[in-house]
Amino acid sequence: MKNKLPVIAFLLFFCCLIFFPLVFKTPFPRHVLIMVFLYATMGIGWNIIGGYAGQVSFGNAAFFGVGAYSSAILLVHFGISPWVGMLVGVLLSALLAVIVGYPCFRLQGHYFAIATIAVGEIVMVAFLNWNFAGAAVGIYLPILEQSLKNFEFHTSKLPYYYIIVCIFLFALAVCYFMEKSRWGYYFRAIKNDPDGACSLGINIRKYKLYAFILSAVITSICGTFYAQYILYIHPSSTMDLMMSIQICIIVLIGGLGKLFGPVLGAIIFVPLTELTRVYLGSQGQGMDFIIYALIIMVIAIMRPQGLWGVFSREARGTR
Amino acid sequence: MEGILAQTIVSGLLIGFLYALIAVGLTMIFGVMDIVNFAHGDYLMVAMYFSFWLFFLFGFDPLFSLPIVTILLFGLGVITYYLIIRPIINAPMLSQIFVTFGLLIFLRGLAQFLWKVDYRMIPQTLSSGNIEAFGIYFGKPQIIAAAGAVICNGVILWFLKKTRLGMALEAVAEDKEAARLMGIDSDRMYALAWGIGIASVGIAGVLLSSFYYVFPEVGANFGLIAFVVVALGGFGSIPGAFIAGIIVGLVEVLSGFLIAPSLKFMFVLAIYLAVVFVRPQGLLGHK
Repeated sequence: MKNKLPVIAFLLFFCCLIFFPLVFKTPFPRHVLIMVFLYATMGIGWNIIGGYAGQVSFGNAAFFGVGAYSSAILLVHFGISPWVGMLVGVLLSALLAVIVGYPCFRLQGHYFAIATIAVGEIVMVAFLNWNFAGAAVGIYLPILEQSLKNFEFHTSKLPYYYIIVCIFLFALAVCYFMEKSRWGYYFRAIKNDPDGACSLGINIRKYKLYAFILSAVITSICGTFYAQYILYIHPSSTMDLMMSIQICIIVLIGGLGKLFGPVLGAIIFVPLTELTRVYLGSQGQGMDFIIYALIIMVIAIMRPQGLWGVFSREARGTR
Repeated sequence: MEGILAQTIVSGLLIGFLYALIAVGLTMIFGVMDIVNFAHGDYLMVAMYFSFWLFFLFGFDPLFSLPIVTILLFGLGVITYYLIIRPIINAPMLSQIFVTFGLLIFLRGLAQFLWKVDYRMIPQTLSSGNIEAFGIYFGKPQIIAAAGAVICNGVILWFLKKTRLGMALEAVAEDKEAARLMGIDSDRMYALAWGIGIASVGIAGVLLSSFYYVFPEVGANFGLIAFVVVALGGFGSIPGAFIAGIIVGLVEVLSGFLIAPSLKFMFVLAIYLAVVFVRPQGLLGHK
């Protein structure tokens, strides 16, 4: 019984994923759902480095931007399929993660967090001034015939929904197997007691780097998806510091280092953003941020482990 | 060419003094209690808005609103400490980072909600105008700001080194337990550090508001610059922050002048990375 409950819960969750769009047929709820899974996936990516390995990265939006820009540039300038662009983005992001991570993982705590902000901002300034990549104007992706091959759909958001669900499930699977594997234990050891982990012979820097690469790859895939979904990208919409912060907020709300934490976080966070935007309009500008800020501060003070624990504890109580 | 270069260096020096003042509060709070206040730049924004509204509603010149805003920000710093910093002093670092980050988002969101994203500026102040000397133009508000920053840094340093209260603060920074045995209430010292730290960034904000736009995101860049200054000077070192502020100001204007203005921020951030990789303790910090 003890092991079956999560399986049943997950199957239910999976069915919901498939049938959601059949219940919600209008574009807006579907858009919200797509954004929920996009953010949940980015959250899973951040959770690997921030939640499991305990290294607070405020620069993950850089990987998102690299993913978005890789596929967009290849498509606009060379006519290469976004799917290939996605792979290129993944490789470039992994490379960036190594270049940034190798020196930065010597740093600890605040020093590392600030270094990732600096790197993220440097990448953004570089893109803002890079004419080939559209500089401050951004890139409009060409409207092509809709097909899976072109990764563009104009009549319905449904294909986008299923693609992002697939990406989300992939990320969830990666995170699940990571959590159960040797890497997962190493990451948590590094988070909880770096000196102890080191004395047990774990190469801390190497495993932090692995966590960072995994995180970068997942985030980069989301970037390509975002570019193909919105069809317009700009440095400040893809790699602003605020983007990185939003990713962290989701994980923090949901639960750091919990497999489903980012999902819970995204389910709370994204509809709140979208709804305040729709109902309050420009009058409510900033209102969503005030609400998150209060949630974050309360969570960080009262429940640093996030909201996921609340639910699982209740589940344990009723069993 | 030489004239422009000299002009550039002078403006870099002047803004550098202000950077030093912005950073002093950050480095002080870090030095005393090992907490990095990610929302530091946003207190600058709050002070700038106070200064703007005092001017707009009551016609107060920034120089007159300086003491008012300083007291307000001191209070704000103390309130911040008791409300959200005290509960997480012994919490894991992740919580500490997220609390001050939440504060950053809160202040920025509040400013956006209350005052929208418009750029606002105080049009004409008592200190407007230029002075010319040796063929170089000095903006009067910049000179007043730089002078204010130097005086303010001096006063803080004097306070820490020469007064009993300041020495008590330094003692807590040095060794909390030993300070407690000497009868120093570390809780009140922390509150004082937050008060002074936020008040000093408030002074910087008012001085800045006489020649710079106010908008909800104004704290973002200044906050990042403050981190660079603090890291370069050495976390917790006030004289270090002073020297580093000047260096950062110079690097910013010189890279803007010699390479490209739109890339200058990149060079400033690169200093941070260079410092933490090559000399993590900064110029005057100790490890």
